[in-house]
Amino acid sequence: MADPMRIRANMTGDKVEVKVLMAHEMETGLRRDAGGNAIPAHFIRNVSVTYGGKTVLSAQWGTSVSRNPFLHFRFNGGKPGEKVMITWLDNKGEKRTDEAVIAGGG
Amino acid sequence: MRIDRVLAGVLAATLPCLSPAQQDTQKEIERYRQMLQESNPAELYEARGEELWKTRRGPRNASLERCDLGLGPGVVKGAYVRLPRYFADTGRVQDLESRLATCMVTLQGFTPEEARRKPFSGTGAPMITTDPFSGVGQRSVMTDLVAWIASESRGMTIAPSVSHPKERLAYQAGERLFYYRAGPYDFGCVTCHGEEGKRIRLQNLPKMTNAKDAQRAFGTWPGYRVSEGELRSMQWRMWECVRQMRFPELEFASDASIALITYLAKQAEGGTFDAPAIKR
Repeated sequence: MADPMRIRANMTGDKVEVKVLMAHEMETGLRRDAGGNAIPAHFIRNVSVTYGGKTVLSAQWGTSVSRNPFLHFRFNGGKPGEKVMITWLDNKGEKRTDEAVIAGGG
Repeated sequence: MRIDRVLAGVLAATLPCLSPAQQDTQKEIERYRQMLQESNPAELYEARGEELWKTRRGPRNASLERCDLGLGPGVVKGAYVRLPRYFADTGRVQDLESRLATCMVTLQGFTPEEARRKPFSGTGAPMITTDPFSGVGQRSVMTDLVAWIASESRGMTIAPSVSHPKERLAYQAGERLFYYRAGPYDFGCVTCHGEEGKRIRLQNLPKMTNAKDAQRAFGTWPGYRVSEGELRSMQWRMWECVRQMRFPELEFASDASIALITYLAKQAEGGTFDAPAIKR
């Protein structure tokens, strides 16, 4: 089971600003271990963010994204006290969903 | 040809600006560091460390919640900035990592070898795979714990104890080690960290005898190394420096490593602790 994401969601003006830190190896498949064997690729393929049942962000990722990726974005129409849900799915079929309540903010 | 002339014109126009730009480089690096801090994956290690502190592990199926880091059993807040210090129960000066190893033995029932087996996180740059502690894709319990415990001292003043005779001895030994030059390169800590304004490629090297430099250096370890995708502790920092100097391997949690850390902590006394930080 993958470690939980760290999510911060704050209102900035009329937009919701979301910062997500994901714990993931993001192995490219190009590296080799001490024994010379290739380390199998293991990376996040899809990221989706939903708010109130609607998708507000959908991304396709690859091996060029760093280990423990950080995602920062804003979207319209969110309200404080409501939840944003974030899901990632990796190339091994592992999946993780976390949610955060939108804080008032400035 | 025309493009060349235009380029030359542009270059001539920008050249006088280069000098102040260079002066601003340091400022820009600062700004970059601040931006990175927001996305510091050290937070993920901190979260795991907090869990591990409360997790029952080892032959005795016990947590570390009664571990005494110097401020009494179970007190984590502010413990890091007061270390290394003398502990009466072991009769030794200990830094955080050696102390955690002690607690893993006394509270959780691990053997000393088990407690020290994997002190550093494993998924580093390929160049450190010769490190006997590492393996690709393996995490270190020690590193996760260190991340959380250090984070519980964020914003506090670095105030190591050097009143006990053994603490003074560790400090003096650390100072000797800092100035000791040896090995195939006739190298010592002081070679890189004894002068102002030195750097390796683009990394500024702190002068450890200068309080401001030392405070900044000591106050930002442990740190998440972006280039290695790993969180690195103070013991690792010492181990890696010693390796780079082509010295014999510095044993994890050894008296020599603790002496060096004691010396550096004392040099950094009075600084503000701001770790786990994010590093290149």
